[in-house]
Amino acid sequence: MSGSPTYVPKSALGRWFESRLPVMGLVHSSFVAYPVPRNLNYLWTFGAILAFMLTAQIVTGVILAMHYVPSATLAFASIEHIMRDVNYGWLIRYLHTNGASMFFFAVYVHMFRGIYYGSYKAPREVLWILGVIIYLLMMATAFMGYVLPWGSMSFAGATVITNLFTALPLIGTGVAHWLWGGYAVGDPTLNRFFSLHYLLPFMIAGVVGLHVWALHVAGQNNPDGVEVQNVERDTVAFTPYATIKDLFGLSIFLILYAWFVFYIPTYLLDADNSVPANPLVTPAHIVPEWYLLPFYAILRAIPNKLVGVVALAAAIILLAFLPWLDTSKVKSAKYRPAFRVFFWLFVVCCVGLGYLGSQEVSDTTTWVARILALGYFGFLLVVLPVLGLIEKTKPLPASIADAVLAKTKPAEAAAPPASR
Amino acid sequence: MDNLGERCEIARTATGRFLHEPVREPATAVGARVETAGRGGHASPLAPGLWRNDLGVQLSSAAIEKPNRRDFLYIATAAVGAVGAGAVVWPLIDQMNPDASTLALASIEVDLAPIAEGQIVTVKWRGGPVFVRHRTKKEIDDAVNTPLSELKDPQTDQERAKKPEWLIVSGVCTHLGCVPLGHEGQYEGWKCPCHGSVYDTSGRIRQGPAPANLPVPEYTFLSDTRVKIG
Repeated sequence: MSGSPTYVPKSALGRWFESRLPVMGLVHSSFVAYPVPRNLNYLWTFGAILAFMLTAQIVTGVILAMHYVPSATLAFASIEHIMRDVNYGWLIRYLHTNGASMFFFAVYVHMFRGIYYGSYKAPREVLWILGVIIYLLMMATAFMGYVLPWGSMSFAGATVITNLFTALPLIGTGVAHWLWGGYAVGDPTLNRFFSLHYLLPFMIAGVVGLHVWALHVAGQNNPDGVEVQNVERDTVAFTPYATIKDLFGLSIFLILYAWFVFYIPTYLLDADNSVPANPLVTPAHIVPEWYLLPFYAILRAIPNKLVGVVALAAAIILLAFLPWLDTSKVKSAKYRPAFRVFFWLFVVCCVGLGYLGSQEVSDTTTWVARILALGYFGFLLVVLPVLGLIEKTKPLPASIADAVLAKTKPAEAAAPPASR
Repeated sequence: MDNLGERCEIARTATGRFLHEPVREPATAVGARVETAGRGGHASPLAPGLWRNDLGVQLSSAAIEKPNRRDFLYIATAAVGAVGAGAVVWPLIDQMNPDASTLALASIEVDLAPIAEGQIVTVKWRGGPVFVRHRTKKEIDDAVNTPLSELKDPQTDQERAKKPEWLIVSGVCTHLGCVPLGHEGQYEGWKCPCHGSVYDTSGRIRQGPAPANLPVPEYTFLSDTRVKIG
């Protein structure tokens, strides 16, 4: 949905190049003239924020890789070398570790926005599935990155997650040995995790390219869930409106990021990871990083090893089926009052599971986690399919322009301009 | 992408940005489309009539020339942004400079007591070899008594050795960087096995393709038996 005239450069050199590789035209039609619904709110700035965070992680990561040594005997010391000796090494390290957390914070806001406003519905199903693939790649990347410092928690995390594969019948142990390059997590594991941790972000970048491409085919969804009908009335040009809005959203986000990096850089780091890895001793209290906690809680809630692993995988894979699980024709929760209630209950389940994932296992935490896990799967497998068939939705606005004007119409009589 | 705006014909304020209407067109009524034929450049925004009303700006040639509050804000933001960008980029570049552990090895101390007369010891300094030579009387005399006209890179021995019995020179051949072999070559100094450069007992180039004498690093005698290099 580009709808803009062909871009013709002013200079002769520009025209020569453009006729051979139309990059400027592509940038122009995708990020300058590209029409964007005029009713987007700040939740729509998180796409740009995520693109920024991916770039930031790649830049800081490549720099860290100049100083890091991926060997079981030297990894921990190389991190200390980065923190103490390398010029601004402490800054780049904290940017990278806190950057990962900020990346996941942004991705969760981005995903919950998608669920709330039905951005996964037709014609954006492939866009959504590409997003789930990006999410999976992010989790793999983050998991491997966490192993690299080779602290106690790094080692424990690597052991637990790779041991998930031993749940597979018949082939499980063989797969685990293949992953480890040995009989347990060790030096070969660390080396290959470093290689893959360097590789995966570029795969993420590739899938992000497909994700933005798919987005530009269908166009953005919007808070009213009503598709663009009249490009002139319903949309504005990406530049300068969305550009500036994204920059502003990014600036606020960066303030939060900087708060962590400069004032509380170790708040999200586990103290046990400041102790070098010891294969013969496991820390008393194992936790993954906060962004993996809900899935960790689901895994622990189920008493059977294989079913627990399957549930963990299902919790993530089911997200890819959202476009078909949700039967409602109405996209936005703004016009689905019953869905809104269940949505927020779902959020409570996710946050609650996350909290429980951080706690030591007890009888109470187990049965509460089971209830919340039931809520999680119930939302996806029961509420979404059934609600679409029986709910009462509010009347949709006729168009995006009408939805925007409805906000100002009561205040003004004659044909008003949209508010600035 | 910044240049797209400037290279396309757009109305210009002092900064020439984001006012996508041509100068000479009159303001239009709400909702009317503005023809953009013949501009051959930047595509007009998709709702020009609405946009103009949104801005509430009536364009005339008088309004274009005076820099206004918007221009000031744009330039001020760009300036602060540039400072911010510099502050962000500097650590990313500086991290490749030698780090604290490398700088700590920028100077080394060498104990001269165990070095016998006539012996050459090679020490590692800043990642490369340095020859510490305890010269015999003959070696010193040969070095001092060389006429400067014979030297490709003329330097007296006194310029190169603070104390005549100790010659401290970098062990990197000034040709292409190999490490010359001690007590070799017709001057009993050094000879480089790679391309045959020959140095004398003061480390000066005498034959071969090397253009310069073996460099003398900065060094200080802490005592008669201890020297600090670098």
